[in-house]
Amino acid sequence: MIGIEHYVVVSAILFVLGVLGIFLNRKNVIIILMAIELILLSVNLNLVAFSAALHDLVGQIFAMFVLTVAAGEAAIGLAILVIYFRGRGTIAVDDVNRMKG
Amino acid sequence: MIQAFAFYLFATLMIASGAITILARNPVHSVLWLILAFFNAAGLMVLAGAEFIAMLLVIVYVGAVAVLFLFVVMMLDIDFAELRAGFINNFPLGFVLAVVLLAELVLGVGAYRAGALPLGVADGTGAATAGLSNTAAIGALLYSRYLFLFEAAGVILLVAMIGAIVLTHRQRSGVRGQNIAKQVARRPEDATINVQPEVGKGVQL
Repeated sequence: MIGIEHYVVVSAILFVLGVLGIFLNRKNVIIILMAIELILLSVNLNLVAFSAALHDLVGQIFAMFVLTVAAGEAAIGLAILVIYFRGRGTIAVDDVNRMKG
Repeated sequence: MIQAFAFYLFATLMIASGAITILARNPVHSVLWLILAFFNAAGLMVLAGAEFIAMLLVIVYVGAVAVLFLFVVMMLDIDFAELRAGFINNFPLGFVLAVVLLAELVLGVGAYRAGALPLGVADGTGAATAGLSNTAAIGALLYSRYLFLFEAAGVILLVAMIGAIVLTHRQRSGVRGQNIAKQVARRPEDATINVQPEVGKGVQL
């Protein structure tokens, strides 16, 4: 059995990679969405690892709900991306302050 | 031994492919590396004894989400070189922030490992029933205690689906679509009749 710390460190590294991806590709919203998926994956890994370590299935059930929300988020995000591209002809998101919200 | 080997293999591959995902020049390559990261994460989850979540990860992420990404990346005609313009400028700040974040997270793990920080103790209500497989145990818990949350997850997916359709659906003008109501309301009396009148008789309308 692999210790819980190993899992936590691995998912921490993956989480940080996701955050770094958001910072590095500030213009490319597709990569930003992928980085968000990486972050959610690391959270899922953490939940599953703790669920296994504590012998409690609630973590895995919660990971399933995170998966659900991640799938919905990806669908909505890509739909917004498609209509944004349709309207602007580009997906550079560093100047999306058009609505001055 | 084999467990440790598999763990480090999966972990290394997952982190490497995650890094290439955010660094790759071509977003199509990014999506493919993301798929590899998901596969390796599924391997890690199998190693932890969560087969069901691992298979769900492969089906949902690789089968649906990653393919959706691939579709969008290939469908939109985007100049990706232009989008990478700020990459170098953003690198120092992002890297420093990432290092700080990672240091803090690892520090937290180290503090836990040093002892005397009690992890939350499971109350036993979520424990797997003895003799059930992982999938069966999750099902037993999901369809009893978490039934309403499960339904709520279904509603979330429904809302996401409707939202995506409403967002991307566009009403195109100049398209002659089928008007079913008009077709059904049509009567024989209104229709054009094909007649062959004799010469000089005329046509009765």
